[in-house]
Amino acid sequence: MTQSTFNRRDSLKSLAALGVAGGLGTLGLRAQAQKPLTVGVIYVGPRDDYGYNQAQAQAAAEVKKLPGIKVVEEENVPETAAVQKTMTGMIAQDGASVLFPTSFGYFDPHMLLVAAKYPDVRFSHCGGMWTEGKHPKNTGSYYGYIDECQYLNGVVAGHMSKSGKLGFVAAKPIPQVLRNINAFLMGARSVKPGITCNVIFTGDWSMAVKEAEATNSLADQGCDVFTMHVDGPKVIVETAAKRGKMVCGYHASQAKLAPQAYLTGAEWNWLTAYKTVIEAAQNGKPHPNFIRGGLKEGYVKMSPYGPAVSDAAKKDADAIKAKMVAGSFDIFKGPLKDNKGKEVIPAGKTLKQTDVTLESMNYLVEGVVGSI
Amino acid sequence: MRATLTHIGLPAGAILASLLLFGVFVWFAGVSPLDVWVLLFKGAFGDAYSWQNTLQRAAPLMLTALCVAVPARAGLVIIGGEGALVLGGLACAALPYVVPMPDNLAGTVLVGAAGAAAGALWIMLAGWLRQYRGINETISSLLLAYVAIGLFKHFVEGPLRDPASLNKPSTNALSEGLRIGGIAGTDVHWGLALGIVACVALGLWLRWTPSGFSIRVVGGNPRTAQLVGLPATRLILLACALGGACAGLAGAVEVAAVHTSANASLIAGYGYAGILVSFMARHNPLGIIPVAILFGGFGAAGSLLQRRLGLPDASVMVLQGMAFVLILASESLRGKDWRAFIAGLFRPALPAKGPSPAQVSMGDKVA
Repeated sequence: MTQSTFNRRDSLKSLAALGVAGGLGTLGLRAQAQKPLTVGVIYVGPRDDYGYNQAQAQAAAEVKKLPGIKVVEEENVPETAAVQKTMTGMIAQDGASVLFPTSFGYFDPHMLLVAAKYPDVRFSHCGGMWTEGKHPKNTGSYYGYIDECQYLNGVVAGHMSKSGKLGFVAAKPIPQVLRNINAFLMGARSVKPGITCNVIFTGDWSMAVKEAEATNSLADQGCDVFTMHVDGPKVIVETAAKRGKMVCGYHASQAKLAPQAYLTGAEWNWLTAYKTVIEAAQNGKPHPNFIRGGLKEGYVKMSPYGPAVSDAAKKDADAIKAKMVAGSFDIFKGPLKDNKGKEVIPAGKTLKQTDVTLESMNYLVEGVVGSI
Repeated sequence: MRATLTHIGLPAGAILASLLLFGVFVWFAGVSPLDVWVLLFKGAFGDAYSWQNTLQRAAPLMLTALCVAVPARAGLVIIGGEGALVLGGLACAALPYVVPMPDNLAGTVLVGAAGAAAGALWIMLAGWLRQYRGINETISSLLLAYVAIGLFKHFVEGPLRDPASLNKPSTNALSEGLRIGGIAGTDVHWGLALGIVACVALGLWLRWTPSGFSIRVVGGNPRTAQLVGLPATRLILLACALGGACAGLAGAVEVAAVHTSANASLIAGYGYAGILVSFMARHNPLGIIPVAILFGGFGAAGSLLQRRLGLPDASVMVLQGMAFVLILASESLRGKDWRAFIAGLFRPALPAKGPSPAQVSMGDKVA
């Protein structure tokens, strides 16, 4: 084997020599690719996960239809050196000049590192906290106030629940997730003040077996309407439906998986963000560094109501949705207590969606059964 | 000469066969096999960029493969390298919490050593359980990997969490001076050099030193080893420690060169990929180098296949699976007497001449 290694090295050397020739070819390609704008989209999981990645892929599919745009995609890219290579590959091999690295973990250090090397390429990350002065100008982030949709999910769930117990299967107790859990319960409590929500954290974003166990366990405890915040809600939706329970979706529409049990869902509408970034690039305008929005701005949307939803629930949810779109509805306002009895927002204080204190939420509100 | 030919010919033939099979596979999916072959080559080894891509992906695999290969030479099947890797990464990120680090190369060496030590102890635990408690090391090392990941998450999300890491729990980032950079201005970090040095050093050690030879004797037949007075248990623990140290170092390098802090992104399956690499290299540390580069190449090529042809990520896994199975299967052809085999192919013509039944059955056995 020792000898064979050396022989293989020799052949590797000749391959490397060939590579130099190949490199010239790639450079030529890059120059040609100047005309249509090439957009790269990177997913952390499969594009058809009925969840986080599918929501991004749906927007990418819409972007493909726009004139003068070429889209290159790569799925199942881990948050390691691999994503740095995918980004540089999209730039060097495919000539991409706008990149959408969509997983949270791509931001720091991976995207920032690559962005520093390619100042002419625009990077738009999903969910990162882009900060003026701290992060380069050719980077930025987009995100949506999806807690508005989770609030509406809660309103519908509050109407439909018979047991007065809701179930929430969550990945990790981080601010984005806690905000959704709290909004969901507060929506339900706006209908029935005594309602509670049991939450189970599975510990990671994609844990199919634990998600099924958590759903079953919550169903055993009497929860009859479910929602979730994990990367792929498929397992939870199917398990809940199999147990004869109702579900509110998340990320993308899971209505196909359980047409009868699916009430409504909180969906991303990333096309709005993608278009904003791409149009700026096409017109040579400055890169939009920090873009956020909710229902009003079209960053998030609700799934169409399922057949089981009562008219009263629809009416109530639609009324609140109209207020949200008009900008006259705030979810987080005082007095608000956490589930240990401590006051987290004093009476008279209202936190607007754009308030950054909401981005560091570290409590579960009164009525949520569970601990961080 | 002949041995060398088989050494290169068998795996190369197996890889060629798997590429052919993969061509048929993608052809059924409606993609031109020729396009796929060209892209595979371009993506993995086509130019300087592809080479960097391939080598960077190969770097952690060399070290995690050693975590399987070295204990394997002592007769153990250790598949829990992932646990040693994450704990190595954790130890590397945690050391600056405990003692102030010099912000230079000495500090880098210290955090790297902390990672290696954590990995060594973890795999030694699996070896110890086997030698003193009779627990199968394959199962225990795998289960210990789950325990290690649990511990890792506990520390990263709990006591060691940087309060500023809101939506992605991480430890404090290593200071600038402790980090590992690229080799000569490329994207390939020094982890690759460490991996190659470790493979070569351990390969030479197993081949040329008395202690390395003793390990191979223990792996070959532990009873014989004990009969000739070798301290089998100590040697097995040594092999576990060396293997674990490599995986732990891989984790430390990932933290210091790629992630800058320990967080869940570290759990990327390098430990498990190392098992495949080691088996394909027949647990030969020197063989690990080309095999790891091949695997890195699969990863790099898969990336290009997805972007150019829109093939799903799973497609390159199919190729990897085919290559793995065929290379292992080709091992059965090693040392085969081809002249007899070819003669055997023409043997069925013989019965026509009317040999006795005894001759026929003997002929079958020879073939």
